[in-house]
Amino acid sequence: MKDQHKREARKEHFKKVMLGSAEKRGLIMSVVVYTLLITIAFIYLYPVLYMASRSFMDKADLLDASAKWIPSAPTLKNYKDAILTLDFWNSLGKNLYLALVPTICQVFITSLVGYGFARYNFPLKKLWMGILILSFLLPTQATSMPNYLLFSRMKLIDGGIKPFLITSILGQGFKSVLCILIFYNFHRQVPQSLVEAAEIDGAGHFKAYFQIAIPLSLAAIVVVSLFSFVWYWNETYLMQVYLGYGNTRATGLTTLMMELQKFEDSYNVTFDARASSVTSTNKLNDAIKMAGTMLSIAPLMIMYFVLQKQFVESVDKAGITGE
Amino acid sequence: MASKKNKRNPHDKRRLTKRRLKEWLCGYMFILPWIVGVCIFFVYAMVQSLRFSFSNIIFSNGITFNTLTNPWDNYAAVFMKEINFPVTLANFGLGLTLQLPIIIAFSLIIALLLNSKIRARSLFRMIFFLPVIIATGPVMQQLTAQGVSSVPMVSQNTLLSILQGLPEFIYQPINDLFSSLILILWNSGIQILIFLAGLQKVPSTLYEAAKIDGASGWESFWKITLPIMKPMILLNSVYTVVTLATGGDNEIIQLIYDVSYAATKGYSYGAAMSWIYTAVVALILLLVFLLLREKSDKHVKYETKRPDLKERRQDA
Repeated sequence: MKDQHKREARKEHFKKVMLGSAEKRGLIMSVVVYTLLITIAFIYLYPVLYMASRSFMDKADLLDASAKWIPSAPTLKNYKDAILTLDFWNSLGKNLYLALVPTICQVFITSLVGYGFARYNFPLKKLWMGILILSFLLPTQATSMPNYLLFSRMKLIDGGIKPFLITSILGQGFKSVLCILIFYNFHRQVPQSLVEAAEIDGAGHFKAYFQIAIPLSLAAIVVVSLFSFVWYWNETYLMQVYLGYGNTRATGLTTLMMELQKFEDSYNVTFDARASSVTSTNKLNDAIKMAGTMLSIAPLMIMYFVLQKQFVESVDKAGITGE
Repeated sequence: MASKKNKRNPHDKRRLTKRRLKEWLCGYMFILPWIVGVCIFFVYAMVQSLRFSFSNIIFSNGITFNTLTNPWDNYAAVFMKEINFPVTLANFGLGLTLQLPIIIAFSLIIALLLNSKIRARSLFRMIFFLPVIIATGPVMQQLTAQGVSSVPMVSQNTLLSILQGLPEFIYQPINDLFSSLILILWNSGIQILIFLAGLQKVPSTLYEAAKIDGASGWESFWKITLPIMKPMILLNSVYTVVTLATGGDNEIIQLIYDVSYAATKGYSYGAAMSWIYTAVVALILLLVFLLLREKSDKHVKYETKRPDLKERRQDA
């Protein structure tokens, strides 16, 4: 009798642990959840891991099928070659300049515009909002050509930063609409009484914006800055267009992504590989390409790992989504 | 008395008070830079590009527009001469319709997992948002060239042998889909963010109430989570279509770029091409919107039903 009771209780306990109860997830469910998470995480990381391991391999390892993941003799030669091919330090400096300056303009202007849309009511507001959404939905390909012509007629396409500066100051930078919408959403959620109180106290509208709205929207500013920087860093289509078709590295600005795009050609020029025979020692191989790819995403990766806590927290606070 | 009240009421929209005028002006002051920009770089550019597509432009010391005898010449030429274009466009459309549900489903699953009580949540978050940072055209191209864009563990061959029996035009997109599965999943970073933010706004009391009523987790997903997430699904679908359509690793965009800036073919030809592309993207967006929009009549029915129920209960 007692034994049976005990067995029953044990069975019940077992069931509770495996299947879970109202308060706690069961063991089976936990296993499923973590297996899924780890599998998907691996799928996400697989290309990065592959890239990292490849980039340290020497030629013998590349041909050796058994050395699939861990290089037998890690080498930095690939990175040295890739740095030369990308003209890394030079390109990095230009890229930082080309990404940072328009980002700062974009953040400031989109914050203003988002605040204006959220805080004030004015005639034709719905029309402007409609145009805003429309300019996000339609692909930029239709507008990029007339814009290019406009800039080139004004002699602004000289491989320099001017087209990016002008577009970002006028709220038309890369994905500016998304930035405006993030700020719009954020400022709509902020209690307006704070700003209104300041205005009643005699502060002007712009003063209220600078002294109250900006400090309040710090989370949104962090998110928009990070995203803008990443977008400017990664954009290749409009960079190609605005930096000019025949733009060369020596005269104009460039980005690491654009350098990566023409990696093979640059390599052949840098190492004079095409002229030498096929069996030549300095032929371009996968490891060098992977090292080049690693280098061009390295600055963003470093930024992400340093700032990821702020990034995730701000995304939570900023409430990216529309209501 | 009444008129006095009206004067004091600041919410009376018809009355143009000094304060209201000031508010209008202020609003316009804040959005002025954007208005100037959007008029030049969007509205004017759109009109220009439309004009280009209906004429033949020659560049020599400025622009000369030659009007075409048949205004649709450029559009016809795109389909007649550029053999690649219709095929690439069709592939793009098909690829998009296949990728969209996968991205949405995956990002929803990942968001649900990240939102549940798990250990090392910040680590997992960091991994899942990583593609937002590094998934770009040139990087993707390098990875595809290396063949790391497909999942290594899925034995592709067995799957493909099953599909081989299907006709070419069905088989090919599915094959492409599997061979670039990782890249597709890499495109879902922002979508995860949006879903996650949406999930965090669902009041936990709803789930608690459902649990007390005996609903399983599965049921509460279908009956609570999914209906609440429906607007987010629409938002995410639109966002996905837009990013996939404007991304640099898109073959059509490269084609348009090559054509537009090549000396021989010219701007008007490229403009016609980009307008066809724009129309296709707009059509896909419209379809997505029609499929996923909230049916407002459903909502009304629900609202009107409730009083009935109450009455019936009172009767009983």
